Amino acid sequence: MMKPEPLIYEYSVAGRNAHAQCPEIKNDIVNIPKEYLREVAPALPEVSELEAIRHFTGLSKRNFSIDSHFYPLGSCTMKYNPRGVHKLAMLPEFLRSHPLAPETTTQGFLKCMFELQNMLADITGMTGVSLSPMAGAQGEFAGVAMIAAYHRARGDHARTEMLVPDAAHGTNPATAAQCGMTVKEIPTDDQGDVDLVALKAAIGPRTAGIMLTNPSTLGVFERQIPAIAKMIHDAGGLLYYDGANLNAILGKVRPGDMGFDVMHMNLHKTFATPHGGGGPGAGPVACNEKLKPFLPIPYVLEANGKYNLVTQKDFPQSIGRLSTFMGNAGILLRAYIYIRMLGKKGLVRVADHATLNANYLMARLQTAGFELAFPKRRATHEFIITLKHEHKAFGVGALDFAKRLLDYGFHAPTMYFPLLVPECLLIEPTETESKQVLDKFIEAMIAIRHEAETQPDLLKTAPHTLPVKRLDDVRAAKELNLRYIA
Amino acid sequence: MPFIPHTPEDIKQMFDVLRGAEFSDLFDEIPTSIPRAELNNIPEGMNELTTAQHMDEIANLHPKIKNYIGAGAYEHHIPAAVWDLVGRGEFMTAYTPYQAEASQGSLQLIYEFQSMITALTKMDVSNASLYDGATALAEAVLMAIRSQKKSNNKRILMPQTVHPHYRETVKAIVHQQGIELIECPFDLTTGLVDQVKLEKLDADSFSALVIPFPNFFGNLESVDALTDWAHAHDALVIAVVNPMALGLLKAPGDWGVKGADIVCGELQPFGMPLASGGPYAGMMCCRQELVRQMPGRIVGQTVDQEGKRGFVLTLQAREQHIRRSKATSNICTNQGLLVTAATIYVSLLGPQGLRATALKSHQNTQALLALLKEINITSVFSAPYFHENVVRIPHAQEVARQLAEKGILIGLCLENYYPDYPALKDCVLVCVTETKTDNDLRAYCNALQGKKS
Amino acid sequence: MGTVPDELRFTPSHEWVRVEDDFAVVGITDYAQTLLGELVYVELPDVGDVIAQGEDCAVVESVKAASDVYCPINGQIIEVNEELADQPELVNDDPYGNGWLFKIQIDKLEQLEELLTSEEYQKQVAEEAH
Repeated sequence: MMKPEPLIYEYSVAGRNAHAQCPEIKNDIVNIPKEYLREVAPALPEVSELEAIRHFTGLSKRNFSIDSHFYPLGSCTMKYNPRGVHKLAMLPEFLRSHPLAPETTTQGFLKCMFELQNMLADITGMTGVSLSPMAGAQGEFAGVAMIAAYHRARGDHARTEMLVPDAAHGTNPATAAQCGMTVKEIPTDDQGDVDLVALKAAIGPRTAGIMLTNPSTLGVFERQIPAIAKMIHDAGGLLYYDGANLNAILGKVRPGDMGFDVMHMNLHKTFATPHGGGGPGAGPVACNEKLKPFLPIPYVLEANGKYNLVTQKDFPQSIGRLSTFMGNAGILLRAYIYIRMLGKKGLVRVADHATLNANYLMARLQTAGFELAFPKRRATHEFIITLKHEHKAFGVGALDFAKRLLDYGFHAPTMYFPLLVPECLLIEPTETESKQVLDKFIEAMIAIRHEAETQPDLLKTAPHTLPVKRLDDVRAAKELNLRYIA
Repeated sequence: MPFIPHTPEDIKQMFDVLRGAEFSDLFDEIPTSIPRAELNNIPEGMNELTTAQHMDEIANLHPKIKNYIGAGAYEHHIPAAVWDLVGRGEFMTAYTPYQAEASQGSLQLIYEFQSMITALTKMDVSNASLYDGATALAEAVLMAIRSQKKSNNKRILMPQTVHPHYRETVKAIVHQQGIELIECPFDLTTGLVDQVKLEKLDADSFSALVIPFPNFFGNLESVDALTDWAHAHDALVIAVVNPMALGLLKAPGDWGVKGADIVCGELQPFGMPLASGGPYAGMMCCRQELVRQMPGRIVGQTVDQEGKRGFVLTLQAREQHIRRSKATSNICTNQGLLVTAATIYVSLLGPQGLRATALKSHQNTQALLALLKEINITSVFSAPYFHENVVRIPHAQEVARQLAEKGILIGLCLENYYPDYPALKDCVLVCVTETKTDNDLRAYCNALQGKKS
Repeated sequence: MGTVPDELRFTPSHEWVRVEDDFAVVGITDYAQTLLGELVYVELPDVGDVIAQGEDCAVVESVKAASDVYCPINGQIIEVNEELADQPELVNDDPYGNGWLFKIQIDKLEQLEELLTSEEYQKQVAEEAH
């Protein structure tokens, strides 16, 4: 068991300082009126440089990461984050560029952004791209706001309803509400497809559009998408595509060709930018011709070989600016480099091998006796198993399995999402994992299932081999301790 | 093919398990009516060496420059240790810490970060960061309205001395929820929000007053008077701060009698390179009573089954609940990697280092202004300032363009940012940080002098 | 579904009402508290607040979810359960007794008739839990 790592504050000794990092000042003359000044120094830790390095190195060892563990988190696409991509995105010429520097001095970066826009448009079957949304949720906001703006621009103010499948991610209704819309839920059938009869009944003159992901959150391809697209379009609505699962269809089919009008992508999923312990992500939005005027600014245009950022003045119908500058620029650059490294063939192989890995894993787990949520369907890049049988028979659920998997050195798959499948694990291996890793995972799952039968307590009290045992999150919420006080 | 480990033998064995299927079978549920992708606009792939050569060529399109632009992104020295540590795979490729036991590194780090930010701002609670400063302000506006639920008031007073891009962003994010952003003009003499005009706006009630510190021009608003004025009108105070400034300047928790209610701002000065505008990280703090209205992730300390200290994401139920209430947010992320950089940076600098960095930056700016005065380039605004200042340079846009070609970015020309204020034509927002030497400042002035006619 | 006392009235949103003289005591049902899990925080209205029927007036928060509590009838709040500040889990342990949320002066007696009976509420819960 790992020793506990103290808080950085617990290393602190008054007067200690990393001298090499402290600028030399000639004098202590401040020249700002006293009423604006701080009277007491802030209560920050005072440590030496070596102590800081030891501490943060120690903290890093208390983390799982893609670099150290297999992370089959469904819908998160935890593929390898290439080191070369990271290094090249951190070239000093890129790092020192100020976002408001004259564009004559940043043509290299702007060129990459322009090409990235074009490549993402090609990958998605759209014609307009804005890279500025900083996360999937922001990209989603942009897409829905663009749909709302489109209808308003046509003078149609009645379209205030957004249709959302009941299996959808929780951000969808929140996003609709942010854009002044209400949500109508559409049920899913037992094969994982949207219920077309219910959909037809729900469509009307108030329908602004529908928010879908394909493959869906259930890990299966929505086979009726051509019919759905026609129904929505015929009624005057638009289709929004949540790009969380784009890895499954990369280079195979394109959302634009399926009938979607606007979508967002998650660069931190499909395009391998690092997850960084919770962020930054990037959620560029892409659209077809009729929604182009509404794209958020800034984005990059090119004229006579020169690249420039457009503003609201250039596109007055734009839904506006969504970030201080142009979003998570360094992340965008990483996505550009990744796509250039993979190239056309490399991109096509992503979906091939991600899908092969998922189907292989699914088949072998089924043979081992695990219950699939959709046994008659192909896995896309992910699939769901349900542990409801194990829950009933042995009293252990998805949470307990997940915690025990940590002891075996695997990060757990996504648990309890989608909500429609009880005691579920949503498993996405990605294309960068080898057969050997998958086989080890299968062995672990079989072993844990055996433990569930013979020693269920081992699961219920897991994890056992990590820096801490199972944590009390009820206490964390009841007795709020959100900062260190000396 | 990059990053896919499968050998032909692996593939054969796997397809054997799938009863002799092939790659095309895996996609047989996709209707044939949907055309297959061709990806004609994607060039062929490259290995790492060739990619590096390609990126070097692109990087060479960026000339070497000395930068004197601030305006929301500030160039400070970043200790080598910061990105060495941040670049460790365990930090960089970790996921959101939902499995707390497997993420104690990230979670403890965020707890330490929250502790540092509350110490700097003298507020009770900090979250684990938001996307950037502008979106943090948008979230603060939504939060202020949620917190004022009783009066059901959706008016926010927004001084025009708040960063123009921040104001644009807030508008784009909140305007479809019936929230009114009332812009307050500034005084052309002082460079501060015009308090006379502000007081005339209290005819109707408002939910919150936004107070930038420093403001976009680098000037220091009368934070105590404004805070008390807002509170006297039953409104909340939203402070927008540069956290580096707080190494030297008054913390929002100490403003006026009661202190600010919500604090937001941009963490970029703490260990994040300029990098064309991102990724950065937004900060948000609040008073204890408002904690359940604060968006974003929050880390809390707890114990495990054996009583050992540990850390978890907490108050997560709020996120769904916030979505259901009237002023809605959909945020569910934090800028984890950048928070790691900021935490390591602040640990390395400590209170002394932060103060020295802030002070040296300010002294350098003063030194440059003194040199500029000698060549008849003067400050436009009379109010006190911190490390950034507006000066008037005749034919500013043209001068800036020419000096950029010589490798000096003299500052931000304000003409296009305040179209309602023709007096700001030829005004330039100049920022000097601790990264500039006396020689740099002399070179700046000499270059300008050469351009003056 | 948990216990559903016969003498109480219920709402479709899982609040219960017990009439005492000219005021009513309001809480959330046993079924609701099982769905939520152990409560970590309860936000109550202020004494003196005037609430309309159907208006959200309180929040019950567990680690899993934070749910609005909707006022079953028009009225003015005359008392709130201050024990819940330190012991929100009272709502889980004794939802119909010590876990009461607030007491409200009844404005319109007719509104009580609109509420569900114990039988009607049980039927609804049985359907929900399908």
